[in-house]
Amino acid sequence: MTKKLYPIFGLLLATAVLLAACGGGAAPAAGNGEPAAATEAPAAAPAEVVFTTPSGYGVTLEAVRARGHLICGANSQVPGFGYVDADGNFSGVDVDYCRALAAAVFGDANAVEFRPVTAAERFTALQSGEIDVLSRNTTWSTLRDTELGGNFVHTTFYDGQGLMVREDSGITTLEDLDGGTICVQTGTTTELNLADVFAAAGVSYTPAVFEDADGTFAAYAEERCDAVTTDKSGLISRRTVLADPNAHIILDVTMSKEPLGPMVRHGDDQWFDIAQWTVFALISAEEFGITSANVASMSGSANPEVLRLLGHEGELGAALGLSSDWAYNIISQVGNYEEVYNRSLGPDTPTYIPRGLNSLYTEGGLLYAPPFR
Amino acid sequence: MANAHKASASPPFWRDERVLKLLAQVIFGAAVLFFGNMLFGNMVNGLRQQGTTLGLSFLQNTSGFDLAETLNSYTRSSAYWQAFMAGLYNTLLVSAVGILFATILGVILGVARLSSNVLVRFLATAYLELMRNLSLLVFLIFWYLGVFLKLPLVREAITWPGNVLLTNRGIAIPWGLPTETWPTFKLFLIAGLVLAIALILYFRWQGKRTGKSPLAIVWAPLAFLAVAVAGWLLQPSAPLSLDLPAVQGLNIRGGRIFTPEFMALVSGLVLYTAAFIGEVVRAGIQAVSKGQVEASRALGLSSFQTLRLVVFPQALQVIIPPLTSQYLNLTKNSSLAIAVGYPDLFYVSNTILNQSGRAVEMITLVMLTYLFFSLVTSVFMNWYNARARLVER
Repeated sequence: MTKKLYPIFGLLLATAVLLAACGGGAAPAAGNGEPAAATEAPAAAPAEVVFTTPSGYGVTLEAVRARGHLICGANSQVPGFGYVDADGNFSGVDVDYCRALAAAVFGDANAVEFRPVTAAERFTALQSGEIDVLSRNTTWSTLRDTELGGNFVHTTFYDGQGLMVREDSGITTLEDLDGGTICVQTGTTTELNLADVFAAAGVSYTPAVFEDADGTFAAYAEERCDAVTTDKSGLISRRTVLADPNAHIILDVTMSKEPLGPMVRHGDDQWFDIAQWTVFALISAEEFGITSANVASMSGSANPEVLRLLGHEGELGAALGLSSDWAYNIISQVGNYEEVYNRSLGPDTPTYIPRGLNSLYTEGGLLYAPPFR
Repeated sequence: MANAHKASASPPFWRDERVLKLLAQVIFGAAVLFFGNMLFGNMVNGLRQQGTTLGLSFLQNTSGFDLAETLNSYTRSSAYWQAFMAGLYNTLLVSAVGILFATILGVILGVARLSSNVLVRFLATAYLELMRNLSLLVFLIFWYLGVFLKLPLVREAITWPGNVLLTNRGIAIPWGLPTETWPTFKLFLIAGLVLAIALILYFRWQGKRTGKSPLAIVWAPLAFLAVAVAGWLLQPSAPLSLDLPAVQGLNIRGGRIFTPEFMALVSGLVLYTAAFIGEVVRAGIQAVSKGQVEASRALGLSSFQTLRLVVFPQALQVIIPPLTSQYLNLTKNSSLAIAVGYPDLFYVSNTILNQSGRAVEMITLVMLTYLFFSLVTSVFMNWYNARARLVER
């Protein structure tokens, strides 16, 4: 019986040898006949880079255009940011960003397919090319911007991590949670901040960690934990779908900076620029007072920058590889930043969050777009 | 020379069946290697384009996250590989506990299925049918959200006799805390174990020589117990102090706490796998010919003696191979822990994957680890099977 296992061990050993050979074998293999072709390619590529654009430049836009629609990695579980309703419609600020990007590329805000990704699988989905852009309340951090093979474009929502507890628990500060259990979602910066902040404060706790937001908040609802932690925006939005939203309070504790924004793959600077300037177009439109209602009448504006933004003057669209009315399409179909914000997070919505840091720099916020010229 | 002479009589090598078979194997092997190499090269190339490379050195980096329950001294400032080990230990714990209870319950179920008592037989059959037609994932989530999280809140904890606390934060039982005399007591325990094994071996040797020997199954545990009790009493103070669980602040303090995640996972795995083990046991017992049972009854053996001395030894050789695969199934199914938030190997690896972005390395590591445990379990069970096989005369 044992003998039957020998071939399996043998196969494993062979695989191991093969893997080892492949790992270090790229350079020495150059002398052989067939593998030489494979090693030539990377050698030739850097030489080209010096004179032309990088190898990945423009491939994403080309692929998206050929496909006919944008594929956007989105959240489906956080109302106000990325949420799918009973009819399968997506809504939220992250979702509207993808619509704006689709409007910029195709002139059609509906030319976008939303693909719900979990916190755990989102980076792999982006790396592997399954999605063109990740717009899923993702925090900008060093490792994600480098090792994970992605680039963050300008932040679309400035957030901070908070803690939500049941009001009747009497907990009001971080220290009150000593010895308690805290629900958190895996694969997030939240999980790391939680460990950092509690260690720094010398407060002991037990984490209860779950795979997705629904699982995390289901456990909190069952009182598996004393508090639940995620970005404050996430807490506010998830509170609206708890059985009794008024029975829960968000503590006045900010555990971290959470700049949330869209992310694209490394290696395609053109796509990065398009994604980046889509955010700036939204912000600038609010600054210049251009809305979906008045954008058509703005062709007579006295402000040259407005004319440049809307493509009535200059060739900014061509510089991005887009049509000249790219920003016009964004604003007419999706609106400016304020419209996007108020649609999902404004005072009339159940997920109301005061603008705070997410106001224009002229109103004391952090939203500041570079000039369009 | 004799070979050369023989070869001239055999067909040329391109029509020689043995050569052709060997050639087919070589070509197949080469094709597998070629495609494997191509896929691997493709992956490395893709990773290079993304600006990442393969390597395991990231396992030395600080993990930065906390785990709910660990058997080693893992903290947030430990390295990724320590987190991986913490997950591995948890998987081993769940598998070991799961296999133990699933086997006990499975044997009872298998025997109950063949009981002459109609009610017992019906209940066992109904249970088996229910379990075999359920999805394990659904079953686990039922145990987690439907049972263990529905237990009372900490401040309303149910207290069972013997200071067992039942809450939705876990089930706490009294536990022993090692005192300063514990290390010496541990030596007594080891000595007791050695004595017990020596007794078993001696009785077996004596049994073979004389055909008569005391029951090792009675005397060996007694010997172990005697040494342990002596060790406990000879110490200046008790080696273990009783640690009673109590509600304090937001949580239970003291005692040993079994979290709802652990309880849900183990309950689900045990109850599910036991159904399959029950069927394996039933099949094994039914494989023993009826004449054997009738003969043993004719000899005046009781029904329990018949089961223990005649049926089980013969049924074992039918039972062990499928039982092995049930054990392996349980171990592999424990990766569903991620659904109920228990930090097992797969769960922790997933977290490491997310925090480090090393998907290829982590998935490979996890696969190799599960493969390793499966192979080790098979080797052990095959060895045991070879031993338990009947010696034909």
